[in-house]
Amino acid sequence: MKELRLMKGNEAIAEGAIRAGADAYFGYPITPQSEVMEYLMMEKPHERTGMVILQAESEVASINMLYGAAGTGKRVMTSSSSPGISLMQEGISYMAGAELPCVLVNVVRGGPGLGTIQPSQSDYFQTTKGGGHGDYRLLTLAPAYVQEMYDFAALGFELAFKYRTPVMIQADGLIGQMMEKVEIGDQAARFTEFDQSWATTGKKGRERNIITSLDLDPARQEQHNIHLQAKYADIVKAEVRFEEIQTEDAEYLFVAYGSSARISQKAMQLARAKGIKVGLFRPITLWPFPTEQIDAISKRVKGILTVEQSAGQMIEDVKLASQCRVQVEHFGRMGGMVPSPEEVLEALEQKLIGG
Amino acid sequence: MDIKEIIKPENLVYKKTGLMTDNPLSYCPGCGHGTAHRLLMEVVDELGIVEDTIGVAPVGCSVLAYDFMNVDMQGAAHGRAPAVATGIKRCWPDKYVFTYQGDGDLAAIGTAETIHACNRGENITIIFINNGIYGMTGGQMAPTTLPGMRTTTSPYGREVEMMGNPLKITELIAQLPGVHYVTRHAVHTPRAVRKTKKAIFKAFEVQKEKKGLSFIEIVSNCNSGWKMEPVASNIWMEDNMFPFYELGDIKIDGQLVTK
Ligand SMILES: Cc1ncc(C[n+]2csc(CCOP(=O)(O)OP(=O)(O)O)c2C)c(N)n1
Ligand code: SF4
Ligand SMILES: [Mg+2]
Repeated sequence: MKELRLMKGNEAIAEGAIRAGADAYFGYPITPQSEVMEYLMMEKPHERTGMVILQAESEVASINMLYGAAGTGKRVMTSSSSPGISLMQEGISYMAGAELPCVLVNVVRGGPGLGTIQPSQSDYFQTTKGGGHGDYRLLTLAPAYVQEMYDFAALGFELAFKYRTPVMIQADGLIGQMMEKVEIGDQAARFTEFDQSWATTGKKGRERNIITSLDLDPARQEQHNIHLQAKYADIVKAEVRFEEIQTEDAEYLFVAYGSSARISQKAMQLARAKGIKVGLFRPITLWPFPTEQIDAISKRVKGILTVEQSAGQMIEDVKLASQCRVQVEHFGRMGGMVPSPEEVLEALEQKLIGG
Repeated sequence: MDIKEIIKPENLVYKKTGLMTDNPLSYCPGCGHGTAHRLLMEVVDELGIVEDTIGVAPVGCSVLAYDFMNVDMQGAAHGRAPAVATGIKRCWPDKYVFTYQGDGDLAAIGTAETIHACNRGENITIIFINNGIYGMTGGQMAPTTLPGMRTTTSPYGREVEMMGNPLKITELIAQLPGVHYVTRHAVHTPRAVRKTKKAIFKAFEVQKEKKGLSFIEIVSNCNSGWKMEPVASNIWMEDNMFPFYELGDIKIDGQLVTK
């Protein structure tokens, strides 16, 4: 029989990482995700599986510890929330440049600045448009269920190693804090079966390995960038993930991810009860964005409402995807306010149906 | 004697270690970085630990250290080498891990990572090249720049009232319980070179015995940044740097050395 547990999102992702055979976690406390490291410390994975856990002195240190450990071919993870993720941007850019696999978790809270500890989705731009410097992309998974917090840990490692690139799991305070039933899988072997011939494990029976993002020769640095872009193009081709709910007969479409997708699903039910045919499109990968899929649906619907806990960030990608074919409007709350399904329905009626 | 007679195995007094690559050093002629590299690689070679050694290069003139050191290496972000080394060492506690860092890297932008890696007693070796200046970026003031010393960002000399005091980070970290061995050396004379090499040996022994962190400061010249000829820079270093950054052991076997 499958093992079921009632867990917080933050606990689920921690357990998911242990079960996925993670080798190390480095992090620094910040609300609303501190339970990730707290859970790991309570669970003593160093005894369960040999996984290393270390509380760093800052997010700058944790991302660089991740860099070092990832450079030795290990499965490594960190988690933080918005201000901490801002501090990590230099390190994330270095890891993308040096092609190091890792799983990053952002349990987003409201900003800007110290903002609030309440849930938000206002880091969409930072994550999907490159919060750090240089031409890189972050493969980004957006869980909407506590189960997905658990599942995406393993998926994150798989994708990170498949492409040798950092993977972001972009949750929000709501998904991190809420409790749901989680189906727990088996313990995976901790030793990574991935090719480690590139990693710095000591020069034994081969030439030395070097992990770096630096190449001062512009022609070679350009070649490296071309190589990275080719990899990102492969990711765009192969890794788009999304969920569609009742879009077949939909006249209007909600596009929402994470907790906003859950709220929008309820709003969709309220709308349908009133006879308004609404569907829900949930991007699961924020990058690569499900551009083609939204493009296709936009040909069938009368209007699209994006629902985000932000001033409207993902809406830009939805507009690009639908090529301004239909009216695309944004509804969002900010500063840690979570929209209610009724508000979402009202926004649909006012901005698209009545408008 | 002609040259053929001289080049015989029995006459060999010195040989370049195979752990230095054949890449031409990118350092200015006269700079201490190259000598420090060589000593470090000689020690790794002579200890026979190359298969188990992972180094971390900084951002600074020695950013390309991995072009010259023929061991597995990672290039860290500016100042973050101790955090990178922590990540490596925690995952591979039986490997030898070292960082090689300049004074701007270690004692300015990376101060937090330095102090905390030291305080946790990470079982690594830190080689710290203190040349009192930011060599790589063209000779700006460093945290270690002496009072009155001219740099491009202290063109009239370091004014302590305005720019603060030079930081003796080595004395500072020697206070931390996680740090086992702290010593300060130079590489500008054969005698200094021999002492430094001995210190590096000891540092790797400490690491082997898992006793905690060892920290070797090498006070070195930056003849380009100081705008001096190499020999003059070494004399200036002896006259000005050494009185402030006193050479010798600061902490041995976890005990502060009382002078
Ligand atoms: C985040 C960041 N800030 C600034 C720089 C520019 N920078 C490169 S090297 C350096 C100073 C290095 O000085 P030091 O560590 O003393 O090494 P040296 O060149 O003297 O050996 C600076 C400021 C950088 N690369 N990254
Ligand atoms: S700039 Fe200074 S530290 Fe850098 S290589 Fe030249 S002399 Fe050495
Ligand atoms: Mg310097």
